[in-house]
Parts: sequence; C-alpha cells; structure tokens
Amino acid sequence: MGLTGLAIFKLLPKTNCKECGVPTCMAFAMALASGKATLDQCPYVSDEAKEALDSATAPPVKLVKAGAGDKVLEMGDEQVMFRHDKTFYHPTGVFIEVADNADVAAKVEEINGLVSERVGQTYEVDGIAIVNASGNADTFKDAVATAAGKTDKVLLLSSEDAAAMEAAAGEVADRKPILNAANADNYEKMVEIAKKISAPLVVKGKNLDDLADLVGKIDYKELILDSGERETSKVIADLTQIRRQAIKKRFRPFGYPSIAFTTEEDPLMEGLQAQAYISRYASVVVLKTTELATLLTLFSWRSNLYTDPQKPIAVQPGVYAIGDVTPDSPVYITTNFSLTFYTVQTEVESTRLPSYLIAFETEGLSVLTAWAGGKFIGEEVGPWLKDSEINEKVNHKRLIIPGGVAAIKGKIEELSGWEVIVGPREANGISAFAKLKLGA
Amino acid sequence: MPVEILKEKFTGKVQEVVLGATKEEGGTRAKTVTLGGSSTLPFMQYEGEIPNRPAIAFEVWDIKPDWHECFEPYYGDVWDDPVAWAKKVEGLGADVIYLEFKGADPELENSRSADDCAKVAKAVLEATTVPLIVQGPGHPDKDNEVLQAVGEAAAGENIALGVAEKDNYRSIAAAAMMGKHCVIGRSPVDINILKQLNIMITEMGIAPDKIINDPMSSGLGYGIEYSYSIMERTRWGALIGDKMMSFPIVILAGPEAWRAKESYAPIEEAGPGWGEQKPRGIMWEAMTAASLLQSGGDLVLMRHPEAVEMLKKHIDDLMKPNTY
Repeated sequence: MGLTGLAIFKLLPKTNCKECGVPTCMAFAMALASGKATLDQCPYVSDEAKEALDSATAPPVKLVKAGAGDKVLEMGDEQVMFRHDKTFYHPTGVFIEVADNADVAAKVEEINGLVSERVGQTYEVDGIAIVNASGNADTFKDAVATAAGKTDKVLLLSSEDAAAMEAAAGEVADRKPILNAANADNYEKMVEIAKKISAPLVVKGKNLDDLADLVGKIDYKELILDSGERETSKVIADLTQIRRQAIKKRFRPFGYPSIAFTTEEDPLMEGLQAQAYISRYASVVVLKTTELATLLTLFSWRSNLYTDPQKPIAVQPGVYAIGDVTPDSPVYITTNFSLTFYTVQTEVESTRLPSYLIAFETEGLSVLTAWAGGKFIGEEVGPWLKDSEINEKVNHKRLIIPGGVAAIKGKIEELSGWEVIVGPREANGISAFAKLKLGA
Repeated sequence: MPVEILKEKFTGKVQEVVLGATKEEGGTRAKTVTLGGSSTLPFMQYEGEIPNRPAIAFEVWDIKPDWHECFEPYYGDVWDDPVAWAKKVEGLGADVIYLEFKGADPELENSRSADDCAKVAKAVLEATTVPLIVQGPGHPDKDNEVLQAVGEAAAGENIALGVAEKDNYRSIAAAAMMGKHCVIGRSPVDINILKQLNIMITEMGIAPDKIINDPMSSGLGYGIEYSYSIMERTRWGALIGDKMMSFPIVILAGPEAWRAKESYAPIEEAGPGWGEQKPRGIMWEAMTAASLLQSGGDLVLMRHPEAVEMLKKHIDDLMKPNTY
C-alpha cells in the first residue's frame, strides 16, 4: 500500500526462486504492492526487509480487537477519510457507562435489555464501561466481576489507578476488556497489565502532542487513542486529525483506533454529540444514557454511515409472509432492494392485515430504477409469477404492484394469468390503500 | 513530540448567498441571513473560515398540514392561517421562513390561485421580519404561475424561489431573475445533475450569489447515507474550486424525518425497543439534521420546535473555536 512494487523489489532477495508461487521476485513485489500477496509467502526474506516492509504495508489504522466469544468488537483498520472513497469497515462500538458504586447488576441488566429492531436489523449496545467512580479498588473489582457475570458484552474498565485496574483486570482476564486509560503518570504499569492479558489499552493524552509523546514511549501495539479533549468541537477536530495523520501521513503514533466520551447531561443532546463523534471517525463512543430514542437514532445513523456505498443492499428474493397469513391473504410485490423492501414491509405490517410480500430479484435496485433497467417489468415478473410458489400458498390470483410501475400491469396479466391491482405510488400510502381496497 | 497539524490546502469556498433585504437594501426585513462562505470542511475551523453558522428555516404551509398529532400543541392554533403561523415560527427562533404553497396544487378542490398565493406571501412578509423562501405546489405549470406571481409581489425582498428542477428550471429561474430573488435548484440525490443544473441556471444569467442547492436530502434510516456522501463530495468540489458545486445547500430534515415510521408511530405500533413516540420523533428529526450538517449543510429546514432547540444548542457547540 505505502510502497511501490519497485521499492518492495529492492528489499527482496532477488533470487527468483519461485517458492512463493510466482515466477520472479519482481512479479512477487508487484503482487505485494497491490495487496494480492503477503510477505510470509517468501521463505528467504531478511528480518530487516521484513520489518521495513511490514511497517510500509501495514494498514494505516491498526486493527484492534476487544471482547471474547461471539461479542468481539473490531476497531480500526480503516483506509479512507470519506466513505465515498471506498467504505468504512468497522462500525463505532457504542458503550454505556456504569458507575462501580451504583447497583451494577441492575444497571447491566437494563443495558442488556436495550435491544431495538428496525428494517430487519437488530441493534444492541456493544459494551459496558465500568467506571471506578468510588475511587476504591475493591469496589471496582467487585463491580467488574458482577458486570462480567451478567453480560457477555465487551467490557471497558475505567480507572487511572493502576492498582485498582490490575485487580479488576485479573477478574476478567479471559474477556479481553478495554483498559481505560494509560496516562503520563501510570503508563508503565498500565502497559504491563494490558500485556499480561493481551487487552487493548486506551492511551489518554492531555492534547494531541502529549498523546503522540505517550504513544511513542509505549512498547505495545494494542492501543486505542484518546486526545483527552472533551469539548465537542475540539473532539471532532482531534478525531479528524488522528484519522487524517494516520491515513494521509502514515504518522505511526496515530495509527490506532480512537475513543470518545460524551459530556452532555441531557440524554437527547448526548445523542447528537455522540453522532458527531461517530461521523468523525471514533472507533468507540462511551455514553451515559439508556434513553431508547437516543440509542435507536444513533444506531440507525451508524448503520447508515457504515453501509458499503459500493454495493446495493439486497434482501433474499422470494415470498415473505407478514403476520398470520391464510390462503385469502393479499399478495404484494416489490423489488429486493433492502431499503424498498423493508419500507414496504413495515407499512404492510402496520395495516395489520396478514399478507404476502414478494421481494422480486432486481439485483438490489429500487422499483423505478429496476423498471427503467428492464429488471422489474411484465416480461420478467409475469413468467416468474406463473410458476412461483405463491400459487400454492393462496387461493386467488390477485397481485398488488407499486403504483410507480402501473405500466407493467398488462404484461404481467398476459404472461401470468393473474389479475393485477395497482397499489399506491409510495409505501406510506399502503395503509390507506389497504383500508380502502382490502378492508383492513 | 509536537504534532504538526495536517491541514488541507483548499483554494475554493462555498459561495455566500444573502437571503432577504433590509430597508436600506430595498426590502423590509429587520436583518438578512447569509448562507455559505465556508472555506473548510464542516466545523473544521482550524483550516479555514466558517463565517456563517448553519441557519434554521421553519416549515409553514398555506393549508392545514396532515402532520402527526404531536404538532398540534405547537401549531394547532395557527395552522389554518399561514400568516399567523409564520409569525409564530419567527417567535420560535426561525432564521428563515420556508413557505410552501401546498394548497395551490391544481389537483385539490379549491386550489389556491397564483394571485392569492402572492397575497399570502405579501401578508407573511408584512407580518414577519426574517427572510422568506417560497416553494410552489410541485406541479410544473402551477409552480411557474405561483412563483412568478409571488416573485413580483415580493419585489425588492430578495426571497428565494423554489424549486427549480432540470425539466422546469427556466421559468422559475426567470421569475427569480425578474424580481432579483434567489432560486433553489433541486437535484434528485445526484451530483452530476446538481452540477449540470447549476451550469444551466448560471447560463441563464443568474448571479452565483443568488443560487441555493437542494440535493434532496433523505431522512435518517432511509437513504440518508446517499445524501451524506453527495453533500461531502459537493463540499469537496467547492473547496477545490469547482464553482458549479459551490452553492450553499439546504437540508430537508423536517419533512424527510417525519416521513419515517420511526418518527411518528405511537408506542403501540412501534417496533421493538423504539420507546415512546415523543422523544423518538424529536430525535429522529434532530439526528437527521445533525448528521447531514456533518457533511456540509448551510440551511436546515425543520419542523419540530424542540428538535430546533436541540439543533441550535448542538450547532453552538460545534461552532466553538477549535483552532490549534
């Protein structure tokens, strides 16, 4: 990535031994440069060359993992500043704080229960941040043990007291918790604790200069960065600098994931603040609120931001039953572009009339785009419908199509033998349509 | 280790567009609102100037809107009367009033005539002191008629007329030019059409400081990421000197957010874990607005007063100096 094929070639043995699988060292160098090969395929590379190449070909932002079992949170390994340049890979982990002197068990259970669903996605809080608010090491240790027993979410242990951290980390050594945080005073001990259990360690500076300094002193690579800034406008500036320095300048001290903490007291304002941090590259954001409106909107935004702009998102084509369907249930059809499909599904659900919804294979295109592209037209839908499994599921032959493509009605009828009813143009007209035409 | 702050070196900036005109300038507004002017990425004050904070426009309709009942306590006493409604949103902190002539839709019974629209616009201007944006009913022929009449009636006030689209921009742009007003060019979440439309409008002779862009923002959860990326690319284009991508952008947060079921569904019809409608609806709108502001919006069209209050506070925080 960072080096050209020619620069890499200079570091290779130049023996053309072919053991890597390609005919020449030059060809291997080109493959390395384009990311199609990895250095371990060459048995003869020198250690010196290896180090030089490793750092040059390493991702600009290191991949750091926290958590264990099914709940591993991957952070970093990002390559661009703008999602339209490629995509963002690892969605921001959302954590909620629990004070060690509160009712930890109850609070953790409350957080476990914060699950919301929309458009076919399930949103859950990623982790729990246990804060050593008591300042007491035993209280902290007990709180961490209690939390660990109540949840399998990722844990974040927050204390700048190294002794307290050591005791608490010992309780959850196999959980790979995030340790928060190493600072100028405690970093030697904190690094030792983190190394012992291979846990990611937050490095907290007083500002960007101090942060770079501190990272430079630490001989450990599982790091997460905190510039120490807490004012919204300054945090987004720092987060942007950390990401930009890593990607555009390959400034090594900033080549790690980042973390941000909200300060707003109002739960809804806290959501907007967290949004700014998610938008500006934070790998982890730690909140205090458990307000559903805040979490639902924040997770929706995160999911949108991290959607891969390179591919249309599609649902599996096929016949979907909504509610307790019977052979009399109405049959709707739309395309398999997920946004379209879920919008229609949500609206059909809200009619409370059990129905079938067909997601027609349009390679993830929306209704009008698919129609214009010849993928959602009578010649495609008609023959498919004629032989579809839906014929065995219902005792009628009436299909409701989106109003925007009323023009395909005739052809579908001709080719399938079904009667076509033209539905509303927009999904939000389905309720009224169902009331009026289907007796919902 | 002192970190050398990495600044982008931009050569361009977002075009500044002034809305409204004071008495000295030939209008009757108490003050004008300037949109745009940024020479940096959103809120990154350390590498350029952000002379104008994002402005807030409130929706006002000329007929009673079909909005969710949660708006009744705020607008129920005024939404039969666009003039009273406009006055009210000015009191609620509107920087700009965004008047939509939904009632002029020719498909409606008792469709409002263009002359009547002009009278309403004039009355709104008389009753308020902030700049005005006027949008037609969204019917090509009627839009032309309405905007032409309103443009004439509001001569000197430097209002904005919207929306000019690729297929109907000529007469709307002409109406704007005639009354020395601004024009809003709308493109369907498509950066190529956005640029093309700006070129066509400019070629008609409209000055750059009279053009606003509406890239048709989508709401949170329903395609907002497309808008976000198009706005990021547009801002980048402006900053590297592409004049045809440099016009200030309006974000349609209110109308888009309230189309989503997540904003309006009562708790009995809500999905799992959605919680009560009240905070959810407000938050859906505020989050839509705030997210899109991170990609570069200059004017935000809002609906719920509590969402506006939150957004203003959030903008205050984002506008605090962050130069190194």
